Amino acid sequence: MSKVELTVNGRAVSAEVEDRTLLSQFLRETLNMTGTHVGCDTSQCGACVVHVDGKAVKSCTMLAAQASGSEVTTIEGLAAGGALHPVQAAFKEHHGLQCGFCTPGMIMSAVDMINRYGGKLDEKTVRAELEGNICRCTGYHNIVKSILAAAEEMSGAAKVAAE
Amino acid sequence: MGIEGIGARVARKEDKRFITGKGRYTDDMVVPGMKHAAFVRSPHAHATIKGIDTAAAASMPGVIAVLTGDELANDGIGSLICGWMIHSKDGSPMNMGDWRPLAQSKVRYVGDAVAIVVADTKGQARDAAEAVNVTYEELPAVTEAVDALKDGAPLIHDNAPGNLIYDWEIGDGAAADAAIASAAHVTRMQIVNNRLVPNAMEPRATLGVYDEAEDHYTCWTTSQNPHVARLVMSAFYSVAPENKLRVIAPDVGGGFGSKIYIYPEEIVCLWASKKSGVPVKWVADRTESFLTDAHGRDHVTTVELAFDANNRMTGLKVDTIANLGAYMSLFSSSVPTYLYATLLSGQYTIPAIHCNVRTVYTNTAPVDAYRGAGRPEATYLLERTVETAARELGVSPAELRRTNFIREFPYQTPVIMNYDAGDYEASLDAAMAAADWSGFAARKAEAESRGKKRGIGMSCYIEACGIAPSQAVGSLGAGVGLWESAEVRVNAVGTVEILTGSHSHGQGHETTFAQLVADRFGVPIDSVSVVHGDTDKVQMGMGTYGSRSGAVGMSAIVKALDKVEVKAKAIAAHLLEADESDIVIENGQVKVAGTDKALGWHEVALNAYTAHNLPAGMEPGLKEGAFYDPSNFTFPAGCYVCEVEVDPDTGKTEIVQFVAADDFGNIINPMIVEGQVHGGIGQGIGQALLEGTAYDRETGQLLTASYMDYTMPRADDVPSYQVSHTVTACPSNPLGIKGCGEAGAIGSPPAVMNAITDAIGNNNLTMPATPQKVWAAMRA
Amino acid sequence: MYETTYHRAGSVEEAVKLMGEADGGKFVAGGQTLIPTMKQRLAAPDSLIDLRHIADLKGISVDGANVRIGAGTTHYDVANSADLKAVCPGLCSLASHIGDPQVRHMGTIGGSISNNDPAADYPSAMLALGATIHTSKRDIAADDFFTGMFETALDEDEIVTAVSFTAPDACAYSKFPNPASRYAMAGVFVAKGGNGVRVGVTGAGNDGVYRWSDAEAALSSDFSAGALDGLSVDAGDMMEDLHGTADYRANLVKVMAKRAVASAG
Repeated sequence: MSKVELTVNGRAVSAEVEDRTLLSQFLRETLNMTGTHVGCDTSQCGACVVHVDGKAVKSCTMLAAQASGSEVTTIEGLAAGGALHPVQAAFKEHHGLQCGFCTPGMIMSAVDMINRYGGKLDEKTVRAELEGNICRCTGYHNIVKSILAAAEEMSGAAKVAAE
Repeated sequence: MGIEGIGARVARKEDKRFITGKGRYTDDMVVPGMKHAAFVRSPHAHATIKGIDTAAAASMPGVIAVLTGDELANDGIGSLICGWMIHSKDGSPMNMGDWRPLAQSKVRYVGDAVAIVVADTKGQARDAAEAVNVTYEELPAVTEAVDALKDGAPLIHDNAPGNLIYDWEIGDGAAADAAIASAAHVTRMQIVNNRLVPNAMEPRATLGVYDEAEDHYTCWTTSQNPHVARLVMSAFYSVAPENKLRVIAPDVGGGFGSKIYIYPEEIVCLWASKKSGVPVKWVADRTESFLTDAHGRDHVTTVELAFDANNRMTGLKVDTIANLGAYMSLFSSSVPTYLYATLLSGQYTIPAIHCNVRTVYTNTAPVDAYRGAGRPEATYLLERTVETAARELGVSPAELRRTNFIREFPYQTPVIMNYDAGDYEASLDAAMAAADWSGFAARKAEAESRGKKRGIGMSCYIEACGIAPSQAVGSLGAGVGLWESAEVRVNAVGTVEILTGSHSHGQGHETTFAQLVADRFGVPIDSVSVVHGDTDKVQMGMGTYGSRSGAVGMSAIVKALDKVEVKAKAIAAHLLEADESDIVIENGQVKVAGTDKALGWHEVALNAYTAHNLPAGMEPGLKEGAFYDPSNFTFPAGCYVCEVEVDPDTGKTEIVQFVAADDFGNIINPMIVEGQVHGGIGQGIGQALLEGTAYDRETGQLLTASYMDYTMPRADDVPSYQVSHTVTACPSNPLGIKGCGEAGAIGSPPAVMNAITDAIGNNNLTMPATPQKVWAAMRA
Repeated sequence: MYETTYHRAGSVEEAVKLMGEADGGKFVAGGQTLIPTMKQRLAAPDSLIDLRHIADLKGISVDGANVRIGAGTTHYDVANSADLKAVCPGLCSLASHIGDPQVRHMGTIGGSISNNDPAADYPSAMLALGATIHTSKRDIAADDFFTGMFETALDEDEIVTAVSFTAPDACAYSKFPNPASRYAMAGVFVAKGGNGVRVGVTGAGNDGVYRWSDAEAALSSDFSAGALDGLSVDAGDMMEDLHGTADYRANLVKVMAKRAVASAG
């Protein structure tokens, strides 16, 4: 057993868990934060993407113990004070989701992508940067559209703090 | 239409919970005392079970129960069934092999469930599942349908000699033969429709809870049709009587057909909950999903298409072998028959059509409906053949299609279907214009200068949706009626709840269905809630598949709204002392037409419930239900154009343009409809370029059991799509809508393949057209 | 995943010590290969010794043409190092195409070369750059480091601490990814510098990463894509699987080599 201590969405949490507990499992089962999803076993679908110390990672490919001591942001922590993050708002406005299962990971990846590229995103870059996120519903059309719209919105205004 | 009514591009009401991580999927459910299940699965494709030793597993840490098929049988739990009876052409019924929820004597595919372990944690359940010692005696396996029919092939079910499930035909064979014999030209092809794994992003999951005090079961499950699940588990599997079984399908992360069926895991977890005394949750991992979700497609077909000297189609003859896997899944028998062969006329006047279908057992995962279900197979067959014929005849693909389009409606095909409305030339024209077809030659030349081979291809599809008239499908062998039910409850304050038997797993029903109410009564969609997915809340329903929630599900809502409207008007007429025929409902007001006399919608609702002043004899309340049974299928149709560039050095195909022009009849929410088309095209491109399910032909092991080997379309594999609509209203339902959920997956594969074969100048290419295959085809 | 015991090492010395105490332990850096392998129950180390928090293993130093990259440096940091880009853009480009953005945030150069997956990208670059692999025990030339599929010269308790090389005059990497896994089906790193021309090939060879000596010879006399026209790759030396026949891979090696040369200029 390992003691895992994290700051999740600004809140300090700790728990004793089996060493084999994945970060995704820790979030979902120990903290009951089920917004982070698990859609594959091979680190490819990206439904589990969260930010660890400000960087997008796959929470199904990291032990909770490896992450101990880190700051973690999940989909539940993105909307600050109830106001949707611009990426969340863009996904709604542009119909960037259907079943919603890949959506938390898509949004967390999109926020990370926009943070890294600022407003310098184009369709080709967005598609390449989505390599680690799989969606089966949308054919990606409206996801790409949502991310481009959010990037423009975020770079247009004074850059909104991502997290 | 109003800003939120029919035809409005309204953002989805359901999105907020999904974009904030507050969706509620089956794996998110936690109940007190809940434990975790793992299934012991066959590592062999075909083997007899000589013994199962559970002792070591049962003594492992955290293990609560290890249960096997013998115990399940002793408790009277029934075998899984196929709910659509097909008779062979000799009149004999299909050979349905026994499918035990937990195998007892024999396993028939890799992944076949043999035992269940229930433990405190998922990890412990898996540890113990590995410790269950099953003694197998391996048997030879067969994975390809063509091989399974050969003499000496391993026999999979004793009651299916030669592994043949049925040998069925439709149409007039003699007439088709005569047309071919006297044809000016015959195009002949062998067509393979590749096996696909649906891959909804949410893996299947179930949570079974037995309440001993009430002798009652609750099943949370990833289902597209919870009522059908309850019906089947109750009536056929003897899990519990219907009144003692509640099935809840909460948020479901995509289905595409794969979540229509009732799988062994739901049955076994409910039963295991009673046996072990704890709630039992099971969640598939992705490899388990690859192994055990119902797969799609997998046809091998020969086709002959005859033309007269004027390039008019005179006859079509089709011979198909369809692989149904190791067991007959719930609707598997209907897919390669009534959902496939009945669409073989396509958009064309073909006087004589004959199709023979043999379905076959193999040692592979069961095959059933996957997005499109039979119609993609029919469309691919026909549109590849028509394109090939155009090349052989030396006419343009558009010209050959125009020559043969059906232009008068209703049109009775030789294969059952009666097309009610359509304008195929309109969608062809729209697609070609959007694709700038006439500018292709210049684009091709420009690509050539960059060393790329550019090609263009089209596909004109038709499908049958809105499944289906109950009496008609009953006469064809369906075990259920395919109507839909709805209830509209107007609350005393005027807010509205719609209870529907349709199930939303991405389709946006919470928004679209609310738009119907907004349109009818002028109330905001925020005051309308849609309730679905729970057998305790909604009385009955047939669920969502086959693009039926619009044409059938919404028609039921319209019928219920009609009744509510009549009653509301009667109440208003009474209160306003006017004639009912003079009452109109507009913008949330119930008015006497041409006067300023009006009541607010909420006032009418309140009066219905206070019942202080209702017309004589009227019951209080404002709540109406309806069942809608369609009178015909609906017939969405359209034209897709795909343009590709192939890298001659690597064989890699890039889709540089994809155009869709669809006729879905009337549209409720264009944004959602476009989204459905995008998603369908994405899956169709996946089938054409990327996705190929492969079993080892000797061992029956699934070689593509994860995303490391099964190529899922990713964002950089597909382009942005140009989607547009033409409209001929559907005459058979009140909204005039046809359905849009599957068109993209149906129309796109042949367009892609026609484009690639055009680019490389070799027509001998099978799906998926991987870089390796295209590269080899360029050198053949 | 089978149960395991997690240890976090604060230094290389501590990591080596922990490994000595373990009974079948494994080092984990980014974990982007090891954790999925453990999830599939294909690896079952009794102990995991985490190297990710050892500060000494991180960072890139560029001094003139001398480059040193700490083993714990992530693919993301390699891809985005302005100093490295100035002297060896080919390696930055390679790193920017490993896995996906999330994997690049975690995965490390040390982890990648220690694992020596036959379809991993970095090993080809190490060979082509004539890099030196620095470990907790010694320095090993890249030519001696990669000994076969998933095989290296490393001892069980030996940790890669850094790689170093002299930046070439020109270099580039060209990869054809497996459509499903996106690992290399053929990846070719070409470098031209003080060591002459060196060509590293990954993803294709049936014994893992290798140097394509015929191409090196041809490019030494004429560093142009056309110089490779007359060469052929022996399909008998290629891997073959569901996604690519040996013939196809042999073709890809040549095509990727030509593209790498063309973009190295």
